[in-house]
Amino acid sequence: MTDNLTKTVFGRLSLESLPFLHEPILLGTFIVVALLGLGLVGVVTKYKLWGYLWKEWFTSVDHKKIGIMYIILGIVMLLRGFSDALMMRAQQAIAFGDNPGYLPPHHYDQIFTAHGTIMIFFVAIPLIVGIVNFVMPLQIGARDVAFPFLNNLSFWLTVAGAVLVMLSLFVGEFARTGWLSYAPLAGLQYSPDTGVDYYLLSLQMAGVGTTLSAINMVATVIKMRAPGMTMMKMPVFTWTALCSNVLAIAIFPALTAAFFLLLLDRYAGTRFFTNELGGAPMMYWNMVWIWGHPEVYVLVLPAFGIYSEITSTFTGKRLFGYSSMVYATVVITILSYLVWLHHFFTMGAGPTVNSFFGIATMVISIPTGAKIFNWLFTMYRGNIRFELPMMWVVAFMLTFTVGGMTGVLLAIPPADFVLHNSLFLVAHFHNVIIGGVVFALFAGMVYWFPKAFGFKLDDFWGKVAFWGWVIGYWVAWTPIYIVGLMGTTRRVNHFDDPSFQPYFVIAAIGAVIILVGILGFVMSILVGWLKREQHKDVTGDPWEGRTLEWSTASPPPAYNFAFTPVIHDLDAWYDMKSRGYLRPTTGFRPIHMPKNTGAGVILSALALVFGFAMIWYIWWLAALSFAGLFAVAVGHTFNFKRDYTIPAEEVAATEDKRTTLLAQGA
Amino acid sequence: MTDHTLEPQAEPVWHLTEEEEHHDHGASGPTILGFWIYLMSDALIFASLFAMFGVVAGAYAGGPVPREIFDLKLVALNTGLLLASSITFGEAMPHMEAARVGPVRFWLALTGLLGAGFVGIELYEFSHLIAENAGPNRSAFLSAFFTLVGTHGAHVTVGLVWIVTMLIQLGQHGLNPATKRRLICLSMFWHFLDIIWIGVFTFVYLYGVIR
Repeated sequence: MTDNLTKTVFGRLSLESLPFLHEPILLGTFIVVALLGLGLVGVVTKYKLWGYLWKEWFTSVDHKKIGIMYIILGIVMLLRGFSDALMMRAQQAIAFGDNPGYLPPHHYDQIFTAHGTIMIFFVAIPLIVGIVNFVMPLQIGARDVAFPFLNNLSFWLTVAGAVLVMLSLFVGEFARTGWLSYAPLAGLQYSPDTGVDYYLLSLQMAGVGTTLSAINMVATVIKMRAPGMTMMKMPVFTWTALCSNVLAIAIFPALTAAFFLLLLDRYAGTRFFTNELGGAPMMYWNMVWIWGHPEVYVLVLPAFGIYSEITSTFTGKRLFGYSSMVYATVVITILSYLVWLHHFFTMGAGPTVNSFFGIATMVISIPTGAKIFNWLFTMYRGNIRFELPMMWVVAFMLTFTVGGMTGVLLAIPPADFVLHNSLFLVAHFHNVIIGGVVFALFAGMVYWFPKAFGFKLDDFWGKVAFWGWVIGYWVAWTPIYIVGLMGTTRRVNHFDDPSFQPYFVIAAIGAVIILVGILGFVMSILVGWLKREQHKDVTGDPWEGRTLEWSTASPPPAYNFAFTPVIHDLDAWYDMKSRGYLRPTTGFRPIHMPKNTGAGVILSALALVFGFAMIWYIWWLAALSFAGLFAVAVGHTFNFKRDYTIPAEEVAATEDKRTTLLAQGA
Repeated sequence: MTDHTLEPQAEPVWHLTEEEEHHDHGASGPTILGFWIYLMSDALIFASLFAMFGVVAGAYAGGPVPREIFDLKLVALNTGLLLASSITFGEAMPHMEAARVGPVRFWLALTGLLGAGFVGIELYEFSHLIAENAGPNRSAFLSAFFTLVGTHGAHVTVGLVWIVTMLIQLGQHGLNPATKRRLICLSMFWHFLDIIWIGVFTFVYLYGVIR
């Protein structure tokens, strides 16, 4: 074949593009991943599960199944993102003086970029979206979300983005530009290889998925609440889910636009963020941070909602200061949009601008502080049950408060000039994201797991996970705070000054303790499943819950509620229990439900092919897949038969089964 | 759904015994709200592009300036076509309410033709500029110009595909709740693009030639 023909067919893809052929670390990873993948495919094929998975899960529009799939994606990607973390900690613990460590800068830079990108976009977001997807419709007494098909599509677009990032491990390279890929470094001039293209295209797909999902959730909360549930009778988690998704809709367009412009710079030769011909690289920073700062609130607001539900349940009390909690959430939503510039006080915008953004940042600590006090006062004189979810809440309050205070420190512009891009900053955001978001995710997963699967997670391994994470967090990040305060900058893969080494060794030990926590969580699922008969939840209400999701069976039937509930009080299920509610056992009616569809999977697969073709400059494939994408999307609108009816007899049979179970339990 | 305010009674009502109509009819369903929210997020994408344009609007890098390259007569014609297409779409909607499918299709087709004219003139303008060595690679100002106007044009093109799709579906199914809902969304989309164009026309073209 001539050189030209090869280029037309394969773009810039060649055997050279497979770095694992000559890098032993990558080769090892590749072999492990390939074996695991083949093993998984083998098991699924052997037990003939493909049909089941396709019909019951992949094409499902049921919000509960989509929520669970989001969570599985998040946990799988957590393992990837955390192995990046371990590699970085190992490198920084040994690379002092004459020892260059085991990761060359070229490789190390890809690892820290992948770590940040994966942890935010493919771990934190899917886990939060997954929990919101599963819990929120149940909390508002709905049968599904407003746009069930869109929900399925959002999920698969996120998966397509994740697959593309994973591909970059073995085909070509990932970005070496940090998790937000700042221009002009991320422009074609300084990053000509595939790395930034992988980064931009995978995040663009996941970002579209997240935006669509956010629109869906907002429409659901506004339009689908059960009768009687006024805005101020919504559970706090639903409130935070609403605010978080409103915020997501407000910020993701800025990120989409920034990435779009950078893509144009790289593919079409425009001059938006270049150094020459009038480009304005700092505009990229502004746009990504208009997304970036509110994004942490998109993550942490639902986390606050999870803590609120758990605190109220495990203290057996109504939440203290419900309305102040709601207003605090709304205020944080608005303020978070007005602080982005504190990420680059050093840009040189001048004292007036810096003061505005510094003060706005500090003001956010007021509503956040109000929330902490609300949880404390809910616990005060409460009948506290220190079960696993409640332990996570307490650990959160202790850990997150410290992170909040270092945040206020960083919000002071003169202090920030010293601490900008230091490890102090890195320790701060790990402090708030691990202590705020990750702890909430574990708390929420432990809390709602029995609702999703009908049995509780194993308590012993759950506690191992808890102590591993909490102790591991403090051991890993306290030394980083210290070296950061002394001026160590981030993203460095080798140090000259040996006096810092002990701190990095301690940090590495902390990371290993967190590993124990992660493995503990995986074990708690495994052991919980093995002992599922012992920890079975027959009642549907294993924790003496207070909100509607605990009124239905565990796991809930496809239609969630046989009859649409009517709400009289904020703690709807508690109200029902305390006023002698009797579960209806007759008079069931047929229920309309949306039908499953494979269009979401197909569209996302085409988007994945399109992304891959663009990255490797395989233009014919890009054009083909783009046309396919358009055709399938338009073709899907010609399908008008999108729902089916669950007959009354089937509803009655499902509900009778539960009646029998409940009678046995009682 | 929140209009059922229920007073606490001795015997509280815990659930609805009749099924509520779950089908998504007309303007009160979640689709219209969801589409509104989508339009707002799209407006923010345009806001970002406008902001980018605002920042680099004077970054000519020694290249052509707006006065040299913008042909206001052509732009006026283009604006006229797009505004007229909004009026023709407005003509279609009362016929939809009155369930007259023929006139709906006629006005929709006319809207599509005007929109196609708009896209055609825009493509002509673009090719002309590129031929004059005033393409998107010349300066940051031109990059932002092409991207902002081009993104709007791409949206209009998607609208055209949607209009053709609706013409076919109206032929197949007539006016039913689903096609009516889609027409309402399409009409919102089309008027939204008109509003964006007003911004482009004023902020990019008119302000460009006087600065």
